Amino acid sequence: MAARRTTKKPNVSKEELLGYYRDMLMIRRFEEKAGQLYGMGLIGGFCHLYIGQEAVVVGLEAATEEGDKRITSYRDHGHMLACGMDPKGVMAELTGREGGYSKGKGGSMHMFSKEKHFYGGHGIVAAQVPLGAGLAFADKYNENGRVTFTYFGDGAANQGQVYETFNMAALWDLPVIFVIENNQYAMGTAQQRSTSSQDIYKRGEAFGIAGEEVDGMDVLAVKQASEKAVAHCRAGKGPYILEVKTYRYRGHSMSDPAKYRTREEVQKMREERDPIEAVRQLLLTGNHASEDELKAIDKEIKDVVNDAAEFSKQSPEPALEELWTDIYADA
Amino acid sequence: MATEVLMPALSPTMEEGTLAKWMVAEGDAVSSGDILAEIETDKATMEFEAVDEGIVGKILIPAGTEGVKVNTPIAIIVEEGEDANAAVAAPAPVATETAAPVAAAPSSAPAAPVASVTVEPDFPEGTEMKTTTVREALRDAMAEEMTRNESVYLMGEEVAEYQGAYKISQGLLDQFGPKRVIDTPITEHGFAGIAVGSAFGGLRPIVEFMTFNFAMQAIDQIINSAAKTLYMSGGQMGCPIVFRGPNGAAARVGAQHSQDYAAWYAQIPGLKVVMPYCASDAKGLLKSAIRDPNPVIFLENEILYGRTFEVPVLDDYTVPFGKARIWREGTDVTIVSFGIGMQYALEAADKLAQDGISAEVIDLRTLRPIDYDTVLASVMKTNRCVTVEEGWPVGSIGNHLSAYIMENAFDYLDAPVINCTGKDVPMPYAANLEKLALLTTDEVIAAVKSVTYR
Repeated sequence: MAARRTTKKPNVSKEELLGYYRDMLMIRRFEEKAGQLYGMGLIGGFCHLYIGQEAVVVGLEAATEEGDKRITSYRDHGHMLACGMDPKGVMAELTGREGGYSKGKGGSMHMFSKEKHFYGGHGIVAAQVPLGAGLAFADKYNENGRVTFTYFGDGAANQGQVYETFNMAALWDLPVIFVIENNQYAMGTAQQRSTSSQDIYKRGEAFGIAGEEVDGMDVLAVKQASEKAVAHCRAGKGPYILEVKTYRYRGHSMSDPAKYRTREEVQKMREERDPIEAVRQLLLTGNHASEDELKAIDKEIKDVVNDAAEFSKQSPEPALEELWTDIYADA
Repeated sequence: MATEVLMPALSPTMEEGTLAKWMVAEGDAVSSGDILAEIETDKATMEFEAVDEGIVGKILIPAGTEGVKVNTPIAIIVEEGEDANAAVAAPAPVATETAAPVAAAPSSAPAAPVASVTVEPDFPEGTEMKTTTVREALRDAMAEEMTRNESVYLMGEEVAEYQGAYKISQGLLDQFGPKRVIDTPITEHGFAGIAVGSAFGGLRPIVEFMTFNFAMQAIDQIINSAAKTLYMSGGQMGCPIVFRGPNGAAARVGAQHSQDYAAWYAQIPGLKVVMPYCASDAKGLLKSAIRDPNPVIFLENEILYGRTFEVPVLDDYTVPFGKARIWREGTDVTIVSFGIGMQYALEAADKLAQDGISAEVIDLRTLRPIDYDTVLASVMKTNRCVTVEEGWPVGSIGNHLSAYIMENAFDYLDAPVINCTGKDVPMPYAANLEKLALLTTDEVIAAVKSVTYR
């Protein structure tokens, strides 16, 4: 784990900690269930799990306000759950059913919720980066004080359009936070094999964009960084970069044999840096919650996820007529 | 020895220009590299330098003269002691005559149609008409729609302060300000993505590509992000955006700047594709495009920008998508075209009429949706069809129409449909080769004669 930046632990309430615990655990259990359903053949195609990275999106969401926007890549289930989308609708989209957010027509990588200001779910690496800056462009145009969280990975950080976007976002002072989720592997290529300078957050310097590195396994550190970035954007100072150092426990997608790293490496990360376990320990050692209370939360979440899975199996496949709808909006 | 200074061509498609300002006076000595005059083309004001040294003997075209044809003598350079008046006695009268604006195109370029008849007009009979260039029509359409809807903005390279690389956005910055008329860096992939994102965020961008050749850098955002999101979101999130700019061959700009993308974009479900020929359609269709809630590819043509047509003087003139225009009724053959292909189609029809062949000429105007009904009805009447387009032959719009006609009107056909297209080669630079690569009116005439067995 490369992130070493130490952040002063803020005073944090029991409710806040429990909220993070709940949100992160929801993502993890949801993803585990998705993995199971994939194994059962109920989810097809590509399915990219977020397990291990939960603190990133939960910490960032902690600083958002109603109306703020978010957009990300294809590893998007965590982002959707963290911004309040219904696990049933997300899971049913994974199974390609009518009850899914896109009526089964989008799939794991292509989901949207206008209501929750979630703008996808994009399957082309880094395509969401200019799109996110465009959302921020619209907010600036409308002078509504909103901020857009544009997530992308360390792999996407090598795409040319990222730098085209940095340039224009800085030039036009767009209220966009570029969140680089650095999980250290671009599919199967370790960062040091793909990236000439390892500190990706510094790449904004050439454009005059402030950036910082954040420990992505520490939800409180992420939240603190998010607050700072949001304040920067809302003050009209233009874009901000957060390179959040994280780790994905699972493969790139369900079909990844993960031969590019050792089992020991993954195991070490899980044992020593797990973001959910860290909050669990804070809750227990601070006497904010008892083992039994946490168990009750675990059970509650398990039920929600099981319900989502059940819904995703029971929801019918889309009607055949759906093939021909939603190609054009009515003029 | 006196030498004539000729009106220079300062852009690939320039046919005439304005002699804005003389930087020298009669009697001044000049040497090679000195700026003689400022010439305004349809795109920009350019400085024009002397090539030879000598004395400005006579200025033939006064400053401020508009419509000066390329290659018109504009001044005489004489040697020391030479009598300018004597030296210019012969050429001078010819030169001054050409100073007046002339509508006709030079003989090297195909003439704009004159005798064509519009059937099924898009506006009531007796509507007041105004002679307008395609360029002005496009600008007016944008200005009207930007006035109508605050969410509409224009973004692109050189659209604001430079007034448009092809002067399409002339005056818009002054009228709407820098918030809504935005110069971008040269970064097509990035700004196309930003514009698409802003459309997701509720705005209605018009993206100008300096030419569609450069839009290949942005094609992922156009297709994967703009065209597919409505479907992928189950109808939640549309992308109201117009991508516009010149498409197809200009003149002598070589392979990378001379390509017709009509068939490429027409293939994509989720996009609408518009390719106007005349100014009234350019205006009416662009206004419809800006109002459309879907991504629209609007393919213009540099050579057509300066052509003039009659445009109806109406407060809010729009042309619907998916409705072809019959320019000329006929009985012997149906010629289907769109965009600049129309000039070959119409010219061929005029010439064929002299040979007693009556051609019906259809302008598709939009390629997605395509007005199949109008094409089929015409083919069922004439029993023969020739398609005309500037793009490459493989996978062309003509190929698609041929298949459609075969499937739906096979028994009506008295001859195979012929597709007239550009040649299956990258565009060469050499003038003679370029001419060969491009579609010609003669090829259209030959195709029609072939399907009519004449």
